[in-house]
Amino acid sequence: MYNKTIAELSQSLAQGEFSSVELTQVYLDRIEKFDGQVNSYITVTADAALAAAKQADVQIKAGTAGTLTGIPLAQKDIFCTNGVKTSCGSKMLDNFISPYDATVISNFKQAGAVMLGKTNMDEFAMGSSNETSFYGAVKNPWDLDAVPGGSSGGSAAVVAARLAPASTGTDTGGSIRQPAALCGITGLKPTYGRVSRYGMIAFASSLDQAGPMARTAEDCALMMNAMAGFDERDSTSIERDVPDYSASLNQSLAGLKIGLPKEYFAAGLDNGVASAVEAAIEEYKKLGAEIVDISLPNTALSVPAYYVVAPAECSSNLSRFDGVRFGYRCDNPEDLEDLYKRSRGEAFGPEVKRRIMIGAYVLSAGYYDAYYIKAQKSRQLISQDFKQAFEKVDVIMGPTSPTVAFNLGEKTDDPVTMYLSDAYTIATNLAGLPGMSVPCGFVGQRPVGLQIIGNYFDEARLLNVAHQYQQHTDWHSRVPAAFA
Amino acid sequence: MSIEPSDVEKIAHLARLEVTEADVPEYVRNLSNILDLVAQMDGVDTDKVEPMAHPMAMAQRLREDVVTETDQRDHFQQIAPQTENGLYLVPQVIE
Repeated sequence: MYNKTIAELSQSLAQGEFSSVELTQVYLDRIEKFDGQVNSYITVTADAALAAAKQADVQIKAGTAGTLTGIPLAQKDIFCTNGVKTSCGSKMLDNFISPYDATVISNFKQAGAVMLGKTNMDEFAMGSSNETSFYGAVKNPWDLDAVPGGSSGGSAAVVAARLAPASTGTDTGGSIRQPAALCGITGLKPTYGRVSRYGMIAFASSLDQAGPMARTAEDCALMMNAMAGFDERDSTSIERDVPDYSASLNQSLAGLKIGLPKEYFAAGLDNGVASAVEAAIEEYKKLGAEIVDISLPNTALSVPAYYVVAPAECSSNLSRFDGVRFGYRCDNPEDLEDLYKRSRGEAFGPEVKRRIMIGAYVLSAGYYDAYYIKAQKSRQLISQDFKQAFEKVDVIMGPTSPTVAFNLGEKTDDPVTMYLSDAYTIATNLAGLPGMSVPCGFVGQRPVGLQIIGNYFDEARLLNVAHQYQQHTDWHSRVPAAFA
Repeated sequence: MSIEPSDVEKIAHLARLEVTEADVPEYVRNLSNILDLVAQMDGVDTDKVEPMAHPMAMAQRLREDVVTETDQRDHFQQIAPQTENGLYLVPQVIE
């Protein structure tokens, strides 16, 4: 049961092979048995899950079920969930029981999905290895000595270890695609504004975007059908029709123009990763695609620009955590300033503090033009690179991450080394473009991800391109031996 | 670009973050490294480039000026650290 995709589970439920309650119980039992090794869930909502499954079974029997009715899902602990602890991986929100639902959560509730629990993540989504979580690091199911990637590390690990059929993630600089790559699963970061940010705890508001993480592109499409859409409660939500993302999965790739940016295959790329990605490109040629060599000349600007824009926005967003209205408050504050400083100093972890400090610095008097305006101009150049590329090609491909999963503790001493592991994913966030990661091989035991970047609102095409590859390869259906 | 211990203290105050004296040297080292990374932008001429604030280059949506929120004060204050008579309590500010 636990090796089935959402598409398969949905069919089984409809045909009465098993009930949603039985299916949910299988996952709850697996979480109980295996999650001690992986540490992928912060909260498991077993009772609520079984109650929701029971309701779903009534709908299925009555013939009023949708595709996601009764399907168990894991939600990243960044999405506010009414009546459930929503920690964002931080001590700051360890005591926070959300009083409302994020739109992503209410959309899935409306679709009849069953929430198994909330997944572990880097604190406030700041990290590339899930090691900054207040709840401890998540382990990579393929190799328990390795990181799962981040920040949606728990969401990637639950899918790889078969502790949920699929999950949600958020991606500010690669936080869906990089952990998807490192855990050998499929993940999609939609176009900025496609999925509502309402109730999704903000990190960098001009970059944050939620998306699905699943075994297959087909499952990502089914989830996108529930997730995407206009939401008046998100001021940057896009008013634009949502296509049926499943409808175009089977389109032929004959004549598809794939751009390969030379900057994504340059120094710093691991040889094994390069070979796996090149083999995937060969597969696409067999499917009728045409390869075009392109250049994204300002690629090297993306990490530097990001580490001004993201910290600046984070320092503003995280000023709401003041120890007054919700969240952590220090004991016996002497005065209001002491209350602010100690509540924040005691409850934020080192990476979050570093980013708040960088943000406060680049926005402070006298530095704004040199840093923030410079970064916004660099962002424009990066965005123009993509605009020019998409005049010549339909999609852009390359590696998701320069290496496979690294070892736990390997990069924690030097933040800058950690930041560079997002060198290929950050540019799409700065431009606001959609991107995917699709499993395309291994180096040793550790998975490799192929990144596919599309033009604005071209999620359906990305899913089609990924699905066709998955019809001809089986990397996405491999299971880590310890969790088979 | 290297920053000084006094910069760390100043930024920490601006950000209302308690930083202990023992942590200052590590902040100096890490923040300087991050600013060195950021400085890689300096080599690129951006004189004639428009700053990009938002990926969609769109204006903020406006709506009718009508009440859309219901009063949920009691509900929201259930999770507050300290309240009294519907007010959030903080240490005394005005003598």
